[in-house]
Amino acid sequence: MAEIMFWEAIRRAHDEEMTRDPLVICMGEDIGVAGGTYKATQGLYDKYGAERVIDTPISENGYTGLGIGAAFLGVRPVIEIMSVNFAWLAMDQIFNSAAKVRYMSGGQLTAPVVVRSPGGTAHQLGAQHSARMEKVFMGVAGLRVVTPSNPRQAYGLLKSAIRCDDPVFINEHELMYNMKGEVPDEEFFHPLEGSEVSREGRDVTLFGYNISVHWALQAAEVLAKQHGIDAEVIDLYCLAPLDREGIRKSVSKTHRAVIIEEAEAPVGVGSEVMAIINEECFFELDAPPVRVSAENVPIPYNHGMEKAAIPNPQDVVKAVLKMFGK
Amino acid sequence: MDTADKKRLLREMLFARRFEERCYEAYVERKIGGFLHLYPGQEACCFGVMEAARPGHDYVITGYRDHVHAIKCGTDPKAVMAELFGKETGCSKGRGGSMHIFDVEHHFMGGYALVGGPFPLAAGMAKAIKMKGGDEISICFLGDAANNQGTFHESLNMAKVWNLPVLYVCENNLYGIGTRIDRSTAVIDQYKRVAGYDIPAAQADGQDIEKVYDAAKIAVDHVRSGKGPYFLELMTYRYRGHSMSDSNAYRAKDEERMWSGRDPIILLRDKLIEAGVITKDDYKAMDTEVLEQIENDVIAFAEDSPEPKVSELDKYMFADNDPYVRGGQR
Repeated sequence: MAEIMFWEAIRRAHDEEMTRDPLVICMGEDIGVAGGTYKATQGLYDKYGAERVIDTPISENGYTGLGIGAAFLGVRPVIEIMSVNFAWLAMDQIFNSAAKVRYMSGGQLTAPVVVRSPGGTAHQLGAQHSARMEKVFMGVAGLRVVTPSNPRQAYGLLKSAIRCDDPVFINEHELMYNMKGEVPDEEFFHPLEGSEVSREGRDVTLFGYNISVHWALQAAEVLAKQHGIDAEVIDLYCLAPLDREGIRKSVSKTHRAVIIEEAEAPVGVGSEVMAIINEECFFELDAPPVRVSAENVPIPYNHGMEKAAIPNPQDVVKAVLKMFGK
Repeated sequence: MDTADKKRLLREMLFARRFEERCYEAYVERKIGGFLHLYPGQEACCFGVMEAARPGHDYVITGYRDHVHAIKCGTDPKAVMAELFGKETGCSKGRGGSMHIFDVEHHFMGGYALVGGPFPLAAGMAKAIKMKGGDEISICFLGDAANNQGTFHESLNMAKVWNLPVLYVCENNLYGIGTRIDRSTAVIDQYKRVAGYDIPAAQADGQDIEKVYDAAKIAVDHVRSGKGPYFLELMTYRYRGHSMSDSNAYRAKDEERMWSGRDPIILLRDKLIEAGVITKDDYKAMDTEVLEQIENDVIAFAEDSPEPKVSELDKYMFADNDPYVRGGQR
């Protein structure tokens, strides 16, 4: 098992799938000759050529629609949208075409397309480059939404997403491409549904996804060492459909839940997980569930303000201590 | 097109006209719900272009005025009417409706309700054709008003950059919903807008099927021969409102009368009568036969078909038992 970087894991998944199936292509802005803004397609242009590693014009809705149309006829496009903020422009095609075509054609036509895009607040990129949009994608019927928290998931989720017959949106994070982690040397496919126990615990469940899994794990260490609270961390790598059973199981064990999201609270992952807890295991709760979310503002440029706008592991610790009356 | 072809096309267009008129009645009878966009007046566009192409072989995609395009590709009119009635036997299993007719078997890749949505989808199908090395072409039928969407420009640009086998057919009926083209669009001749993408483009009379066919032949040959995209504008007119909810109060009576005098079916009928190919009585008999087929065959089938089961509400949302959802077949 080798330790590789997040971007290398994505690149490896692309490479293996493109070697196996000549109909797998990748497309996006600067992904070919330039090698990709986050290196996720580095070297693939030289290996597979311009017909399969496509540098697109800056036309997000156009090239996403083109990928979807190609998928109608059996091509398997992996579309990189350079920043999730630009994916707003492609929502028409992702939502109206890819997510609905199987249903509205009575199962005749499928759009097996993968759209990958990094969101999140990075380093002072300002309001229009710091969006966290997973909440928008997960609310649309017909679309699968996954979000890797480590290189192993980044590799395995992309492998499965490419082969799955449904459209899949992969929510990545701008700050995570250089994160290192172990990825098995042999090929594997990560499930596109479900959730993962990242840390077992008895006292409280911390729900995270993507970057917030790491905040939850850091908080859990502090809670264990300094406060004697044994937190369980659940990695919600699949945001649509959310793992109702996994959520129920953990909360039924710990009887307490904190949901950690980098995005603003309204209409988000936290509110959705809370609703599921209400529906599945309300009477198991010893305390009202709590969200640790971003402030509901556009992300400011100023570094101090930017940091204040999004949550961090200390916020998670505080929320848990408050829940325990400490 | 020889004489037999023209006679066949006259019947096909007449069938399309009567089919759409019967849809109107069924809508009034509340057998058809939702939005209903009808095609009368524009028949020569679809039939002329597809006659020059290969229906059922070439991939066709369009907007929401889609019943007739599907039928010309080979979709059973019974399945189209059943779809409009929302029945399980409909071509989209009653899940699509008027604006979402699909028949993948006949390469009719759908009707889409977002104006301009099919432009990039058509380019994508062309990309797939090119990758797979087939001799099909991708044909996208849309109206003039769709050209004011960004997808028009984005798609033409990509189609040219990547030399894709796609034919864009613009049925210019002079209105975007209820707004006349000169009030919404800087240039009335849509083919001129394509010059910015270095794509060959032409304009033809969309009411005379022979002229449509001649122009389409050049267009289809260009695209199929690997020379890249082509844009064909057909000047036409719809005789009904944009949809059934349209008061049709925005058009001048003189204009409507002028275009009524250029009815594509009447133009072809009169040519064939003048040439001695058919008589007026032949045409009447053809019309009677068409009406009977629609009533006894098409409507009866739609009426008698079962409703989809409400218990199957979430069927077709995702692929059935896709192994990769569970992490593959390990």
